[in-house]
Amino acid sequence: MGNTKILSSRFGKIKPDSVEEFVAAGGYEGLKKAITMKPEEIIQEIKNAYLFGRGGAAYPTGVKWEQAYAIPLEKGPKYMICNADEGEPGTFKDRHIMAEDPLMLIEGMTIGAFIFGAKEGYIYCRGEYSGIQKILKSAIKNATEAGYLGENIMGTGLNFNIKVVSGAGAYVCGENTALVESIEGKTGRPRRKPPYIKNAGLNMMPTVLNNVETYACIPWIVKEGGETFLSVGTEFSGGTKLMCLSGNVVQRGVYEVPFGTTLRELIYGLGGGIAGGKTLKFVHLGGSSGACFPEELLDTKICYNDLRKNGLSLGSGAVLVVDDTHCVVDYLKTVMEFFEDESCGKCTPCREGNRRMVEILEKLTSGRGAKEDLERLQRLARTMRNTSFCGLGQSAPVPVTTLLKHFAAEFEAHVQGRCPSGKCSMSGVRR
Amino acid sequence: MEKVDEVLEKFRYAKEDLIQILLELQMLSGKNYLPQEWVEYVAKALDMPMNKVYGVMTFYGMFSTKPRGKNLIEVCKSGPCHVSGSQGIELMLEKELAIKPGETTDDGLFTLERSNCFGACDIAPAIKIGEKVYGNLTPDSLRAVIKSYREEA
Ligand SMILES: Cc1cc2nc3c(=O)[nH]c(=O)nc-3n(C[C@H](O)[C@H](O)[C@H](O)COP(=O)(O)O)c2cc1C
Ligand code: SF4
Ligand code: FES
Repeated sequence: MGNTKILSSRFGKIKPDSVEEFVAAGGYEGLKKAITMKPEEIIQEIKNAYLFGRGGAAYPTGVKWEQAYAIPLEKGPKYMICNADEGEPGTFKDRHIMAEDPLMLIEGMTIGAFIFGAKEGYIYCRGEYSGIQKILKSAIKNATEAGYLGENIMGTGLNFNIKVVSGAGAYVCGENTALVESIEGKTGRPRRKPPYIKNAGLNMMPTVLNNVETYACIPWIVKEGGETFLSVGTEFSGGTKLMCLSGNVVQRGVYEVPFGTTLRELIYGLGGGIAGGKTLKFVHLGGSSGACFPEELLDTKICYNDLRKNGLSLGSGAVLVVDDTHCVVDYLKTVMEFFEDESCGKCTPCREGNRRMVEILEKLTSGRGAKEDLERLQRLARTMRNTSFCGLGQSAPVPVTTLLKHFAAEFEAHVQGRCPSGKCSMSGVRR
Repeated sequence: MEKVDEVLEKFRYAKEDLIQILLELQMLSGKNYLPQEWVEYVAKALDMPMNKVYGVMTFYGMFSTKPRGKNLIEVCKSGPCHVSGSQGIELMLEKELAIKPGETTDDGLFTLERSNCFGACDIAPAIKIGEKVYGNLTPDSLRAVIKSYREEA
């Protein structure tokens, strides 16, 4: 396993909001190089890097920026937005970037501003990260004083400012269009697409939006070249990924691994294996909206292609490890309660579907379930996936279908009134 | 209303900063909520219909229209905390504070709430008190944390 550190090289080594220490440790070299290049050349490097969006949807960033660059400026300047909503349960990598090296993200956004001629940038940071918002604001202030933000940045004539905007506790605001609505001060319900935000985003103006980790990769790509970035990872997934290891594993935390590392190496190597000498039951990959799968798939490489071939997706990079003392039905109920809470209520399949799923799971965990309930879950899952308005409702059923697939016998046992791991009350009454 | 005016000034009466304004006001309330008079005042000052402001307030999970305790204790119940024993933490807090989730202690010091993941899964089971996060909780460390807030009061 290589140990190239692209994102975490300064973690813990510099004062997070200090421009001096950031620059002394190699910071702003990407921006310095970028301003000597043509926008098209920078975009080509990002394309060569095979950088995929780290927010969950894995859209190729170079392609996104190329499309955005092609949109004329006739209506006015483009906005640069950073998605720092990080609401996906099990995800805490953006928190690490912002708390330990926020200027790396700011540098990435500034390179974007240079390409697009953007004047205003926004970091939409979840309300729960109020402490981190202060670090961001301080880093922005220091960068402005040092001439890396504000008027005529490094003599290029570029004027670019960044504002930190707080979320207020709504997971759906991580979705592009809902996020933009929220910055506008409104309820964060997703918009109909098209228009896409690249054409009409914030204030209906062309908008470039990326995840924290995506922006954080940009300075290194510009500095070292896209092909160098690609060579760190696999043939089709460039660079490294910050993986968030949580649950019943010995060493929880954020790990920067090159693409191509297997899930087994991450969990048993870096993570030290399952805690308390227990055995693995399943892994929930990519956050609550990701797939759950047992040990057999652990040799899959962390690589967009390999994961896809196995029906998995990397999502945000959350890896939740669950040991065999836990019950899949009880766990699934917890997960679906999350989506029930967070559904914005705009469309019926998601608003009702999540609620009905929680009801059914409540029946199953209290011993009141029936055989038909498992079919109902499958049917609801299909309807939600196919007819929900946004990604929340479309992907909420993924843990349902994957757990039903891999742990059918355990669901059957609950139908028969038995919880094999003894976690569910099976009392026959509503809790 | 002086406090409210100050916050409105700070955000230059910008409608798009409604959420930011409400967040600051909720902090200033001392009881983790948005008093009705304040909200009405804000709506007028920003020249927005009350229903729009209420729509925003009720959409976002962090806002409350009812007074809460001085310290808001949030117990994370999402997957990673769940498999790391958050239920035990919740039961302990219920016992220690003698309240159920959604309730406030008689002395007005604490409100207990169940929350979704706040990105502290690497130290699960985790709780949040105000802006502070506490993790890797055991019965003893949890009791010590609560005690420190009681002593500070
Ligand atoms: C319900 C929902 C929640 C999302 N939450 C986040 C989030 O917290 N952070 C994030 O970066 N992307 C999130 N996304 C994905 C974004 O919509 C978007 O694809 C991403 O921010 C684009 O940036 P990227 O290309 O750099 O990944 C979410 C999507 C959905 C549907
Ligand atoms: S899928 Fe869910 S979150 Fe998305 S618009 Fe519909 S109700 Fe809202
Ligand atoms: S699951 Fe509890 S903080 Fe993330």
